[in-house]
Amino acid sequence: MNRVAICSGLNELLEEADQINPGGSLNLNDSVVSTIYSRAEEIAGGVVTSQGKPPVDWDKVLDDILTSRVFGFPSMLLLLAVVFWITVAGANVPSEMLATGLFWIQERLTECLVWLHAPAWVNGLFVEGIYRCLAWVVSVMLPPMAIFFPCFTLLEDMGYLPRIAFNLDNLFKKAGAHGKQSLTMSMGFGCNAAGVVACRIIESPRERLIAMLTNNFVPCNGRFPTLIALAGLLVMGATTFFGATLIVVGIVVFGIMTTLAVSWLLSKTLLKGVPSSFTLELPPYRKPQLGRVITRSIFDRTLFVLRRAVFVAMPAGAVVWLSANIHIGGVSILTHCANWLNPFGQLLGMDGYILMAFVLGLPANEIVLPILIMSYMATGSMLELDSLEALRQLFAGHGWTWLTAVCMMLFSLLHYPCCTTLWTISKESGSFKWTVLAALIPLGIAITICFTVAQCASFLGWI
Amino acid sequence: MEYKQGDCPTKIISLHDLPVGKLATVSSIQAAGLTRRRMLDLGLVPGTRVKALRISPAGDPKAYRIRGAVIAFRKEEAQQILINYKGE
Amino acid sequence: MGLTNQSSGSGAIKERFGWGQNTRADYVIALAGNPNTGKSTVFNALTGLNQHTGNWPGKTVLLAEGHYIHQCLTYKLIDLPGTYSLMANSVEEQVARDYLCFGRPDATVVVLDATCLERNLNLALQVMEITTRLIVCVNLVDEAQRKKIQIDYDALAAKLGVPVVPTAARSGVGLEQLIKAVSGIVTGSIETKPYVVRYKKEIENAICRLEPKIKQLVGEALNARWLALRLLDRDQTVIDAVENWLAREDRLTTGIKEVVLA
Repeated sequence: MNRVAICSGLNELLEEADQINPGGSLNLNDSVVSTIYSRAEEIAGGVVTSQGKPPVDWDKVLDDILTSRVFGFPSMLLLLAVVFWITVAGANVPSEMLATGLFWIQERLTECLVWLHAPAWVNGLFVEGIYRCLAWVVSVMLPPMAIFFPCFTLLEDMGYLPRIAFNLDNLFKKAGAHGKQSLTMSMGFGCNAAGVVACRIIESPRERLIAMLTNNFVPCNGRFPTLIALAGLLVMGATTFFGATLIVVGIVVFGIMTTLAVSWLLSKTLLKGVPSSFTLELPPYRKPQLGRVITRSIFDRTLFVLRRAVFVAMPAGAVVWLSANIHIGGVSILTHCANWLNPFGQLLGMDGYILMAFVLGLPANEIVLPILIMSYMATGSMLELDSLEALRQLFAGHGWTWLTAVCMMLFSLLHYPCCTTLWTISKESGSFKWTVLAALIPLGIAITICFTVAQCASFLGWI
Repeated sequence: MEYKQGDCPTKIISLHDLPVGKLATVSSIQAAGLTRRRMLDLGLVPGTRVKALRISPAGDPKAYRIRGAVIAFRKEEAQQILINYKGE
Repeated sequence: MGLTNQSSGSGAIKERFGWGQNTRADYVIALAGNPNTGKSTVFNALTGLNQHTGNWPGKTVLLAEGHYIHQCLTYKLIDLPGTYSLMANSVEEQVARDYLCFGRPDATVVVLDATCLERNLNLALQVMEITTRLIVCVNLVDEAQRKKIQIDYDALAAKLGVPVVPTAARSGVGLEQLIKAVSGIVTGSIETKPYVVRYKKEIENAICRLEPKIKQLVGEALNARWLALRLLDRDQTVIDAVENWLAREDRLTTGIKEVVLA
C-alpha cells in the first residue's frame, strides 16, 4: 500500500461517511456529547451518595474574600506585599553572612596564591575577577531566590493563580489580550523563559504573541534581588524592610500597568484583532504540601537558576577584570567603554558603568548588579564591601543619587529580556522578526521612560 | 442545590443575566463552531443545571458552577448560552 | 490549565535545552484526566524523584515523562495534558487524544476527582471509546471524605467494566493497588469489558455501516467504532492523524521487507 492507495482508501471512507451523514444532518457532535454526559450522570448517580454538607465550605469562604468586589484587589496587593516583605526581610541576614564567608575565602585564596608565588595576574583574573563575581552572584541572588520561589510555588499550589486571572481578566480583555495572559504573567515572576513557554496555553497566535512580547515586564527572579537591593539603598534606616517592600510592590504594579498598556498598543497596531473566546476554571483550593513545595522549588527552580547564573558569572567576571586591567593609552578598556556610554547614560539618569552592566548582563539578569559592583570597585579605591551601607557608600562615591537608583530600577524592570528568554521566544514564535521585536520594544520603552523620568526630575529641580 | 419546576413560568434568558446565587437549566447554545463544541465539552448540554456563583471584582467575567466545576465566562460567551430561569 | 511545574518550571527549560532523555521501558503507561484532579500528584508519587520531563517530538504541548520499576520491569509513565474531553477542540485535547489513539500505550490510567465524579466520568467514557486497556483511578478520596461524599467503588467497577482504584495520592494511599492493577492490565491477567456508550438509533446505524470498511483499512490496530464516529463527524484532525498513521505503518512494513530482501 503506498501513499496514493492510503489516500484513496481514506477518501472512499470519507465519501461514504458523507453519504450517511450528508451535510452534518445527524447533528453528531451535539448528540454524542449529550449522550456521554447523560451516561456519566447516570453512572455517577448510581454510585455516589452525599451525606450532607461539610461544616465549612472553604472554597466559598476564601473566594468570598479573594475575589470580592471590595477585598479582591486589596487582598491581591497585600499577598504580593507579604511575599516581598518575607523575601526582603528574610534575605538580608543570610546575604550578609554569605558575603562575609565568601569574601573570607577570597582572602585565603589570595594568601594561598601569594604563598605559591603565583604571578599577580593569576590572582587578579581568577580571584578578583572570576571568584569575586561568583561570590557576588551567590550572596546577592541566592537568599532572595531561595525565599521567593517557595512562597510563589505555595501560592501556585494552593490554586491562587487562577483567581488572579479571574480578578484581572477584564483589564486584559480591554487591552485586547487573552485572559490567560495573567497566568503567563504570574509564571514570569518565577522566570520569564518559563512564562514564555507557558504562553502555549493561549491558543490564538495573535494573543500568544502579545503575551510573549510583554512577559518581560514582570520582573523575574533574576531581577528581584537587584530591585530589592536598590530599594533597600533608597530607604536606609529603621524602616528599611517596610519601605523597600513598598517600593518593590510599586515597581511590580508599574510593570503590570506597562504590560497592559503595551498589550493594548500591540493589539491596536502590530497585532490587530479582537479578543478570542475564553473560559477559565477556578479549581478548588488545595492545602499545599509544604515539604514538597520547598524541595521542589529549591531543587527544581532555585538551584537551576543559580547554576545558570554561576555559569554566566564566571566568564563575565573574567571579562570585567580583564577590561578593567588592560590599559589602552593609560586608561582601561572598561573606563573607555563606560566613558563612551556615559553621555547616553546620563540622559537616562544613570551612568556609563550601569549601561555597561546591563549590556554584559544580557546572558542573565542575575549578574547585572555584581558586574556593576565589580566595575565600580575596579575603578575606585574601596576594597572591602560587606554591608548594604558599604554598598551605598560605593555607589555614592560614584555620584549616585536617589534618581540613579530609581532609573536603574525602572531600566531593570523594563529593558530587554535575558538571552535564555529571547532564545525561548525565538523557539516558540519561530520567527526572527518577533524575537528582535521582543528585545527592541522593551528596550525602547525602558529608554523612553528612564529619559522622561530623569529629565522631568532635573527640570523640576528635584535633583 | 435545589431546583424544582414550580408554577412560576420559566423564562429564557442568557446565562450572563442569571443573578448571582440563582440556579437555572441550560436551554440551548447559540454559539457555533469551535466555541459551541467547547461549551458542550464543558458539560453545557441542554438540561444541565448551572448556578451563578460570583462576579470578578473588575465586573467581568462571572463564575458559574457547572457539573461540579467552577468555570468563568466572559460576557461575550455567557450571552451565547440561553437558560431556562424561573425568576421570582 | 496545563500550568504545572512540569510545563513551566525547570522542566520546560530543560525541554527547551533538549535535556530530556529517553529511558528504555518495558511498558508505556499513559496518564489521562481532567485538569486539577491531582494527576500530577499521582505522576510524581509514582515516579518519585526519578522524574524528568521529556519532549514529545513535534508537539506544542508538553507531555511529562517519568518511570517507575515494579517487579523488575520498567514502566514509562506519560503524563498527558489535563483535559475535560477528547473531542480535540483544543491543542491539549488533541495531543492527549492523539497519544491515546496513535501512541498506543500498553495501558491508560484515567485519574478522576472523587469530589466531582460526574464531570470526570465524561472523560473516562471517552477514553473507553478509544482503548480497552484502562484503569480508573479515583483520586482525592480524602477530599471527598471531608466533603462527606461516599462512592461505591465496586459498583463503579462493575458498571464500567474496568478496574477502579481509589487513591489519595498526596498521602500515598492506594498507590500500591494502582501499580498492581496496571501490571495486571499490561500482562493481561486482568480482563476488561469496558462499558460502551450507545447513541441514538440513526447514529448507531451509521456506525454499523462504516465500521466494517474502517476495519478493512486499519485492521485491529485502531478502534474502528470510535474512528467511525470521528469520520462521520468530519473531524479533520483525526482524518489527518489517520493518514499519517497509515503512512507510518506502511513505511515500517516496507522497511522490514527491504531489510529482508537485502
